[in-house]
Amino acid sequence: MATTESQLDDQEPGAAEGGSVDEEVETRVGWRYTLAKVKRDATARIGLYIVAFVIFIAAFAAIDSNLSRLTFDTMSDYTAAQAIPFFDHPTRIPPPGEAHPNEPPVFVDGGSLSHPLGTDPQGRDYFTRIIYGSQVSVSVGLASTAIGLIGGTIIGSIAGYYGGWIDDLLMRSVETVYAIPPLVLIIVFTVFISGGSPDIQYAVIGVGIAFIPVFARIIRSRVLSVREMDYIEAARAAGVKDRNIIRRHVIPNSFAPVMVYATLQIGVTILIVAGLSFLGYGAQPPTPDWGEMLRIAHGRYMHSNIWLSIWPGLAILVTIMGFNLFGDGLQDALDPRIEN
Amino acid sequence: MSSEPLLRVENLKTQFFTETGTVRAVDGISFEVYEGEIVGLVGESGAGKSVASMSLLRLVESPGEIVGGTIEYKGETIFDLEEGPDGELREHPDMLSESEMRERIRGREIAVIFQDPMESLNPVFTVGGQLREFIEINRELPKDEAKAEAVRMLREVGIPDPEDRYEEYPHQFSGGMRQRVLIAMALACEPNLIIADEPTTALDVTVEGQILDLVDDLQDRYDTSFIWVTHDMGVVAEICDRVNVMYLGEVVEQAPVDELFYDTKHPYTSALLDSMPRPDRTVDELEPIEGVMPEAINPPSGCRFHPRCPDAREVCTRVHPENLEVDQAEGYPHRAACVKHDVFDVGYDESVPLEKGDEAETRVGETGSDENVDSTVEEGQASTDGGKANEANQTNRSPNRDGGESRP
Repeated sequence: MATTESQLDDQEPGAAEGGSVDEEVETRVGWRYTLAKVKRDATARIGLYIVAFVIFIAAFAAIDSNLSRLTFDTMSDYTAAQAIPFFDHPTRIPPPGEAHPNEPPVFVDGGSLSHPLGTDPQGRDYFTRIIYGSQVSVSVGLASTAIGLIGGTIIGSIAGYYGGWIDDLLMRSVETVYAIPPLVLIIVFTVFISGGSPDIQYAVIGVGIAFIPVFARIIRSRVLSVREMDYIEAARAAGVKDRNIIRRHVIPNSFAPVMVYATLQIGVTILIVAGLSFLGYGAQPPTPDWGEMLRIAHGRYMHSNIWLSIWPGLAILVTIMGFNLFGDGLQDALDPRIEN
Repeated sequence: MSSEPLLRVENLKTQFFTETGTVRAVDGISFEVYEGEIVGLVGESGAGKSVASMSLLRLVESPGEIVGGTIEYKGETIFDLEEGPDGELREHPDMLSESEMRERIRGREIAVIFQDPMESLNPVFTVGGQLREFIEINRELPKDEAKAEAVRMLREVGIPDPEDRYEEYPHQFSGGMRQRVLIAMALACEPNLIIADEPTTALDVTVEGQILDLVDDLQDRYDTSFIWVTHDMGVVAEICDRVNVMYLGEVVEQAPVDELFYDTKHPYTSALLDSMPRPDRTVDELEPIEGVMPEAINPPSGCRFHPRCPDAREVCTRVHPENLEVDQAEGYPHRAACVKHDVFDVGYDESVPLEKGDEAETRVGETGSDENVDSTVEEGQASTDGGKANEANQTNRSPNRDGGESRP
């Protein structure tokens, strides 16, 4: 009851101004309520904090790479040139056999505080690379999930709302994609659209498209029940266009399960793109992608310096766990049957 | 009322093409709605009331389709068919296009109030936002004016503190309040006709009373016509001016409301009236109508009500009665589709009354005889179109065609 009261108080000035304030109020109330419910669950709260932390690091962290000191400052040249995956960057790969000496982390013999997690075979500070890796991972996860989400929402809602042959056509073609093992599809697709020189942006697009079918199916199944609701019939009887019915009534009411799935999906796409980079179909050196770092680390350096594998592995694990815990919490929060 | 009707429906037929057969949900109904009156559409569940009302807006969804008849609204053709050059039926060129229907008729001229107020508002947007959007779309007002208008409408339908309630979500409203919002929404564009599809069925009786008062009051002020779809004779008595009683896709009786209640001409209407408590009559026990309404895929032959009719005679299994004028009241015709009236002259009086045991047998024997049903339907169509003079002749023909159907 207290919330209702305070909501009303908040809205008093907005009501006087009218117009654009309304939408803000609508979404704010909805999100605030959902987030409050997520926070009430302990594990979901941990997930939320991890996600917030990773996104915060990715968005604001800039590191002086020589001092390996974290500064929350404007982005350094390093960031612009090498950290953001969609930038052009010079490739610096040492010739085979000519390995740089790499330092172990600070708590191991031979480590120093100037490189807390040691250095990689090229002598670059590993902590810096792990931190910048979060930028790659978060942007990759968000971008490819967004591709899948937007594509799937459009296809699924149109298919579900109109039904009939439109439904058959859209869903059958989408299911054709679904029938191919995702990793094979993504690799073939990535290699194909990149014209033989794979890079991370192609991997992102490939992963995004590969997950359109899943989103389309989820949203279609929701739309099938939503379109039978009386308010859809009422909107049609009021002379609202189909396009606006889908946009204003069908999608907002079908979106909750997709949102949950998308949150979980961010973790999955991070993992898949890291896997692609590990296989050489994703990020290329010297992009500090966690999967690419693992690829470098796992071969010759597995025995000489295990830490090179452990740090990116841990980073991937924590990030994905964060998104999964948060997704689970969101699912519970959006399910009206679960009241905590 | 002698002027042109606001809405004229003639011989409307809506069918659903399902795998198990063609469902004749609405099978040749005709009625008029004049300006400022409330016309009832009454019948049991499955009589085709809702399909009929949705047909008026051409909102029948696949596999349903309007297959025949004419709907005219204010001189404009909402639905009509004509015979094409190759003899095929095609849409009449005067018929309003889908976009004209959407932009000019739906919402602006003819609005709908739905049965379940709990389901008829979008749960993710505020009540006021939805009302405002609706006004914006249909009246082309700028946002702030639309909002002021929305608040005014909420006040008009008796929502307390409309400015505050404007920002609330549908789940924060009670059922009666939501129905008021829906009424506000329907009235917002000042349509000339509102189709109310069982708007009080989901409400409890006290709220129902308030809503009926509200509608009565608003109708006086806005002079809106209503088509009131309901199964509740009590509501009909309270609110309607004229009534159409539907049974299995057909209008079986049509009369001004008092006439219908005090001079009932069709056994189905009597049965409906007997199955509910009435303040003007004291009975020991209510009489429910026997059985359930048959499937509209294979309606019974002859009169569709005969398997459940207390007055059914042998002739009823053969003759399909049209809805003919049997009386006059208050300047309106009183029509009834029952052969026991003299205008039908098909030998009802001489016919043998059906006994309870026989009815089931008769029905079983006759379902499946599609041919017979078709022919009677066609006749019904012919005579409603034609004058009254040769009605008797036409109905007389049916026994010949259905000769094979008589009971042993």
